[in-house]
This record gives sequence, structure tokens and C-alpha cells, in this order.
Amino acid sequence: MNSKTYSLISSVVFFSSLGNVLLSKGMKQIGEITTFSPSALLPIFIKTFSSGTIWMGVASFLVFLVSYLLLLSWADFSFVQPVCSIGYAVVAVLSYFLLGEAISPIRWVGVLLICAGVALVSGTEPRTVAD
Amino acid sequence: MSVRIAVFIAIVVITGTAGDISVSHAMKRIGEVTSFRPAVVLPMLARAFRHFSMWLGIGLMAVAFFSLLALLSWADASLVVPATALSYVAGAFGAKFILGEKIAPVRWAGVVLVCAGVALLSFS
Repeated sequence: MNSKTYSLISSVVFFSSLGNVLLSKGMKQIGEITTFSPSALLPIFIKTFSSGTIWMGVASFLVFLVSYLLLLSWADFSFVQPVCSIGYAVVAVLSYFLLGEAISPIRWVGVLLICAGVALVSGTEPRTVAD
Repeated sequence: MSVRIAVFIAIVVITGTAGDISVSHAMKRIGEVTSFRPAVVLPMLARAFRHFSMWLGIGLMAVAFFSLLALLSWADASLVVPATALSYVAGAFGAKFILGEKIAPVRWAGVVLVCAGVALLSFS
């Protein structure tokens, strides 16, 4: 894997994780959506898009999206998708150390399997199709 | 896991994967981006947006995104985010049969490990 591919994968992983955390935080502040009628959804929609946390989440996803698109201009989707799953392992480890979340042994096994899988995929040639 | 959560996860996975495959198809059409300067990147992205598969992919991703937003309002991100990664197997098959990518045995093994790992991560 070259440094260009490595840099963009890092950007994809960081900003997608940040975006998910911010959106989750923002939507929890808004509260549970229990009905899907247009009249009930409109106030929720307005509330959602007047939240600063939601907009920061959207901005993170925008950076993620541009990095992801550029990466896909040369790298296989079947390379990019599994390699970027390292983000789940990073989020789990950060949740453990920074947020003090409990991680069960079975989830630690999951983290290890993801790391092993990413190691295998990242050892393959990032591109298998010609222009 | 409730039926409602399972249904929403299925919608997020299927539309999200199809969107990724479609967008990947559009980006391959424009060719490799070799510089990250905005003067280079922006015109290339603009060219990508002239492909139908880019818009199809964005439409599918939008469905996945708003389904995910709704889902995150009542379900824990620590369950939803790992579960939506069931798309790894779907993504690899889509890449092989739609995009024509050659998936070596080592890559398949990696995809299976990642998929299993993500599934285990969704247990509490």
C-alpha cells in the first residue's frame, strides 16, 4: 500500500468515526422518533437541522465522503471497504480507554478478527482493474 | 434486537452497499486522482458527477443515511454501527460481479475475518 492510499484511508476512518459519534450524540439529544407521519416528522426535521452537533457530524461526513471518493478513483472497492473497517476496532479501543466503556471478551475477539482481516486485505494489491 | 431494528438495518445495509458499488463505478470511470490540490480535485469530482451511476449511488446512499439517522434515534450506535457492517460480504460480491474486481483468496479470507469480527463486535 502506498502513502497516498494510506493517508486517504486514515482520513476516511477518522472522519467517518467522528461523524457517527456526532450524529448519534445529536439524535439522542433530539429524542426517539416514534411516528413517521409527515406532520410529526417536520418538527423533528427542523430540530435535527438546527442542531450544531448534527451539522458538525454532517461536516465530518463531507470530509469523509471526498476522501472516500478520491480513494475509489484508483483503489478497488473490495480493498477499500474491508480495510476501512479498522475504524470499528479503533472506536472500540478508544471507547474503552477514553469513555471507560466496558468491552466484553467476545468483543475483544471481534477487534482482533477485524485487525487480522484488515492485515490480510491490506497485503493484497489495492487495484485489480485497469482504467 | 427488535424486528423494527432488524428491518432498518437491512435497509441500511442493502441500499448502502448498492450505493457504494455505484459510486465506485463512477469514480473508476474518471480515472486515478494523482494530486490533492483543490484545482485538480474539484474538476475531477465535477466530472464524476456527470455519470449517472454517481447520482444513482448518491440516491441509494441518501436512503441509507436517513434510515441510519432514524435508527440512531432509538437504537444504540454501539449496536447499529457494527451491525450495518454486514455489508462486507455483500460489498465483496458486488465488487466481483458488478465491478469485475479480482478478489484473491487472501482478500476473501480478510473479508470473512472482518465480517466475523464486526459481527462479534455487535454482541454486548
